[in-house]
Amino acid sequence: MSEDARSVLGNPPPFRNPADERPLAKILLIGLALVFLAFFLLLPLVSVFVEAFRKGWSEYYEALIEPDAAAAIRLTLLVAAISVPLNLVFGLCASWAIAKFEFKGKSFLITLIDLPFSISPVISGLVYVLLFGSNSLLGPILKSQGITILFAVPGIVLATVFVTFPFVARELIPLMEDQGTGDEEAALSLGASGWQTFWYVTLPNIKWGLLYGVLLCNARAMGEFGAVSVVSGHIRGLTNTMPLHVEILYNEYNFVAAFAVASLLALLALVTLALKTLLELRFGAGAAGGRH
Amino acid sequence: MEVTINNIRKEFERFPALNDVSLKIASGELIALLGPSGSGKTTLLRLIAGLDFPTSGKIFFGDQDASHHSVQERNVGFVFQHYALFRHMTVAENIGFGLKVRPTASRPPKTEIRRRVSELLDMVQLGGLEKRYPNQLSGGQRQRVALARAMAIEPRILLLDEPFGALDAKVRKELRRWLREFHDRTGHTTVFVTHDQEEALELADRVVVMSQGKIEQVGSADDVYDRPGSPFVFSFIGESSQLPVEVRDGTMLFQGQPIGIAEAGDGAGELFFRPEDVTLVDAPDALFGKVTACRRLAGTRIAEIDIANDGHAPYHVEVEVPLHAPIELGSETRFRPTRWKVFRK
Repeated sequence: MSEDARSVLGNPPPFRNPADERPLAKILLIGLALVFLAFFLLLPLVSVFVEAFRKGWSEYYEALIEPDAAAAIRLTLLVAAISVPLNLVFGLCASWAIAKFEFKGKSFLITLIDLPFSISPVISGLVYVLLFGSNSLLGPILKSQGITILFAVPGIVLATVFVTFPFVARELIPLMEDQGTGDEEAALSLGASGWQTFWYVTLPNIKWGLLYGVLLCNARAMGEFGAVSVVSGHIRGLTNTMPLHVEILYNEYNFVAAFAVASLLALLALVTLALKTLLELRFGAGAAGGRH
Repeated sequence: MEVTINNIRKEFERFPALNDVSLKIASGELIALLGPSGSGKTTLLRLIAGLDFPTSGKIFFGDQDASHHSVQERNVGFVFQHYALFRHMTVAENIGFGLKVRPTASRPPKTEIRRRVSELLDMVQLGGLEKRYPNQLSGGQRQRVALARAMAIEPRILLLDEPFGALDAKVRKELRRWLREFHDRTGHTTVFVTHDQEEALELADRVVVMSQGKIEQVGSADDVYDRPGSPFVFSFIGESSQLPVEVRDGTMLFQGQPIGIAEAGDGAGELFFRPEDVTLVDAPDALFGKVTACRRLAGTRIAEIDIANDGHAPYHVEVEVPLHAPIELGSETRFRPTRWKVFRK
């Protein structure tokens, strides 16, 4: 019967969703995006690794264990190890305050948290030079106490903390605002203390968002160039982080070594990306954001 | 546990959410806080729980002044409107939470917690669902898990915020009857908030009708329905019509015509009556108007009648008519309230 109907009426045109593009437009759009990505992302990424391995494995390995390079890697890890936990705590406190309490100046605080995103990292570094430099108010006092901030590890940490502090807070504020205070009230009404409530209820509710924020924060902390460059002083083996070390090697035409260290940073980016994708698979695109 | 609320006032940023509210809740009573949104009923419930604190006034649990006790010290079972189940914990972990977080000295051993959890699950008729997560449960099941969780801490009183608000009509009715049985079995002093008058009247021993941060009336379902204490209660509970009247020497006059007697003092007043408290009668002192619409309502018929108002918009009243009464749209109908109440303006 249906066979007959079809032969009389001909095949009906296939159903097409009104929001769907025509096949040609689809191919064009996807193709354009792919070409763009290949040219601006994939090509540079591949070239980093190609350059790094141009003279083979042993040269690559040599470039990484060379004392100045090893010192740069250690310093980068140290800076990240200090600034990421600091920003984790800060980000938690700030988003907690913003999402769960009402207070005057709340919107001002939110704007303030975004500040490092909106100003150039070089300015962020300069702020610390102005604050702790030898011509500043604080500089001579600290110097007389034997404390050096600028052109030393503390300055690098400060600049990194400044540049990376929005990451965790930005990730958590919308999440916590969305969740409200209902679960916390329930826990308190069941007799839980403030700490128990935080530990058993609040933290599990935000753990994936928190992890995601930490991941982004860490990637930026290790990769930051501008702010760190201003306060570091570029002392080889002492105050050079990986990005700074890459620049110095490159300026010395030591391409293999420069790209070898750069490949480590690129690897970090790839790992971050992979973890982010995993997180999104684990708990849906909603919480892992795509907000940046 | 008896709860006494004395002259509670609660302000949110200078705006009074509750204004001089006093209430005595007897031990074992099932009380409904009923009112439109913004009437302060949820605020009152949260104040009893200790989730908020009053600007002034006192709350007693028994003879004990609990006004400054924290929510943990008050030991109340609170069921939240959207249940607030911990989504990363199983049903069993949710119910056992209140026992797990107790200080070591009073915390029951793990096996005891497990036993209590399954006992509570049986009590709320959800045995076997221990390992489920909240998002694997239906609304009605979540509601009962929330109740079991609140009961696990052996609360002194049970507080429920719009317990059936998020459920569909059929589940609502079942759970309502179930909660009544549950209350009768456990004998807990229970206070629940609702904006659904049917729910309040059917379920509660006493209904507290609230409006604009004040208690309008406290009483049984019969009290608030048959003897409303204020114009607000009369119009909020059940159906009613109202007409402006003038009272003179015990007689009430509508548009200058006497229509009955009134106990209210002389002066302008507002006449309230219910659709079912009306007879159709062909008498010279009856009210009369044009039938504008007629609708069937379960076992009865409601006629909407417009009473002319001297060129202004007509008064609109609703009266119940017998199913077989010869009512025609547009016809003039005469009727008289058989029970009514006049409130002075």
